Amino acid sequence: MTRLPVWADVVLVPLLSLVLALLISALVILAIGADPVEAMRTMLQGAVGSAYGWGYTLYYATSFIFTGLAVTVAFHAGQFNIGGEGQAQIGGLGVAIVCLSLPWPHWTLALPAAMLGAALFGAAWAAIPAYLQARRGSHIVITTIMFNYIAASLLVYLLVNVFRPPGTMDPATARFPAGAGLPTLHDLPLVGRLFSPSVPANITLLLAILACWLVWLLLWRTRLGYEIRAFGKSEAAAVYAGISPFRIIMLSMLISGALAGLMAINNVMGESERLVLNSAEGAGFIGIAVALMGRNHPVGVFLAALLFGILYQGGAEIGLWTSIPIELRTVVQALVILFTGALDNAMRMLVGWGFRTFGRRPAAGAA
Amino acid sequence: MDYATLLQILDSTLRLATPLLLACLAGLFSERAGIFDIGLEGKMLMAAMASGAVAFLTGSAWVGLMAGIGASMVLAVIHGLASITFRGNQLISGVALNFLASGITVLVAEDLFGQGGRTPPLEGAARFQALTLPLSGTLSEVPLLGPLYAEVVSGHTALVYVALLTVPLTWWVLFRTRFGLRLRAVGENPESVDTAGISVTRLRYTAVLITGVLCGIAGAYMATALQAGFGREMTAGRGYIALAALIFAKWRPWHALYACLLFGFLQALALRPDVIEAAAGFKVPVPFLDALPYVLTVIVLAGFVGKAIPPRAGGQPYVKER
Repeated sequence: MTRLPVWADVVLVPLLSLVLALLISALVILAIGADPVEAMRTMLQGAVGSAYGWGYTLYYATSFIFTGLAVTVAFHAGQFNIGGEGQAQIGGLGVAIVCLSLPWPHWTLALPAAMLGAALFGAAWAAIPAYLQARRGSHIVITTIMFNYIAASLLVYLLVNVFRPPGTMDPATARFPAGAGLPTLHDLPLVGRLFSPSVPANITLLLAILACWLVWLLLWRTRLGYEIRAFGKSEAAAVYAGISPFRIIMLSMLISGALAGLMAINNVMGESERLVLNSAEGAGFIGIAVALMGRNHPVGVFLAALLFGILYQGGAEIGLWTSIPIELRTVVQALVILFTGALDNAMRMLVGWGFRTFGRRPAAGAA
Repeated sequence: MDYATLLQILDSTLRLATPLLLACLAGLFSERAGIFDIGLEGKMLMAAMASGAVAFLTGSAWVGLMAGIGASMVLAVIHGLASITFRGNQLISGVALNFLASGITVLVAEDLFGQGGRTPPLEGAARFQALTLPLSGTLSEVPLLGPLYAEVVSGHTALVYVALLTVPLTWWVLFRTRFGLRLRAVGENPESVDTAGISVTRLRYTAVLITGVLCGIAGAYMATALQAGFGREMTAGRGYIALAALIFAKWRPWHALYACLLFGFLQALALRPDVIEAAAGFKVPVPFLDALPYVLTVIVLAGFVGKAIPPRAGGQPYVKER
């Protein structure tokens, strides 16, 4: 196999995967008798064609940044955390408990406490699979899947039997106090005038961007980050260098769970302002696609999350205005995961073949 | 709980255990050959949609079954390409295919029938009908065992018996044939199989295709026997419960049967909260029963009930030495 230049591996392979995913989606749209060009236009118009659209796109992107970073941190330690969905839902539980326990006077007080709740609950939900992997060798992929289902059942029980206010039928908690409401992008200085008061995108977006930077700092500028990456690259070499597998698996998974849990600040505290069933709405799984597409780098995760935000908001618009069901976005998401994650080698071969056929051959001895 | 209620619950246990069992044995073939498959769910869903749609259009449950198997095998081939030919990450491929199935089934069903991603209800020959086993009428007079035979063993669709027969068949193929020996070897130590001059690729593709067939039957059973038609997300995590059962059974066919019956029993109980309340003396929350298979699997995985050791070469693409 040709060794690809870094830029091709980082930029070209994901882009090619995206193009292929979109092409196949276009074929699917054609097959069900709709117009792919029209669909594309509706999607872009709905997602990025107006401030209203951007308000939703950025809202989705915020959630995906957190879950994408969660998958990324675990990936670097060689752990595949499929449990982001459950961790985000349990994180929502932490947010709800914090927000409902005190009559919060102002969001600046509620936010740090809620973040702590979200991160702790998310991390706790990742802790058991992590411990079982580190100490007993139970496969983390299977245990995190099981924990997604256990989380869903637990929340059904808690929302129906414990948190549901008397006299209501909805399996959901009471509404959070007004003092726990986060400012939306409309309330921010400068950019505020662009957005209407009804946009769901809120200041969690800024936290998400901050989280990207912190994760980059953690992975590439700290000792722990180095150990995580070393362990992920080669367990044997890391152990030989005195790195404790138990410590790395536990810490990377706890950070991963905390990041997934923090997503709940965006959707539970920032948008619905109460905890409902299935609050994460699949964002935990989209984190997998975002991390793969973003090549497990915070900058890539940010861009991929934005892309998936467009896809999500645009997909909703497609479902609303065309005959194509909203599930189209699940198909695109699946294809992106397939091409960037599973058929990665095939994509590389394709790019390598392109280089060999069309590229200039590096002249021997030339500077 | 009286005897009649017990029989009712055992009867629905068998019905609910069937799709788990088929999917579990499907996973068994794949994982024994060293290919992890968390895409059982997606293959079942795809098969459920295809069989429901085709059974409605043709009016034949059997043609529907064939379509379901076909649809499931398409996903199996993609999984094979990704994990065998292109040596990709098998887990990621499974995740992707689950999402693909989840989206595309609704797109296609909506396009065909315009009923919100469902197929119209199936009637008559478009569904598998219950078979009455011979002598069940005569024997039902026998105390205890008679009603057990008539109510629980008899009166299921053909696919239930197919699933039950697949258990000894799987055992025989895996442990009594040359193909089975090689299949198990390729999941433990592919190098040795390769050295013996047998194609690792071919064996693994065969295993993945068998997985496709069995998941296809499981999905078709969901849409054309257990229920009358396809509905969106109708497999509802059964592929993952099957995966849990496979680990619970430690990748052994007979134990897979027991695990699936146990998980089927839990599902049957979850449908009858009144019975549990009477038996246990207090109200057991239904979500608890829903979560129990997963909790049990985690406990098994943790190694508290004997260690669950997967096939050694599982999840690793085979690279021939050069």
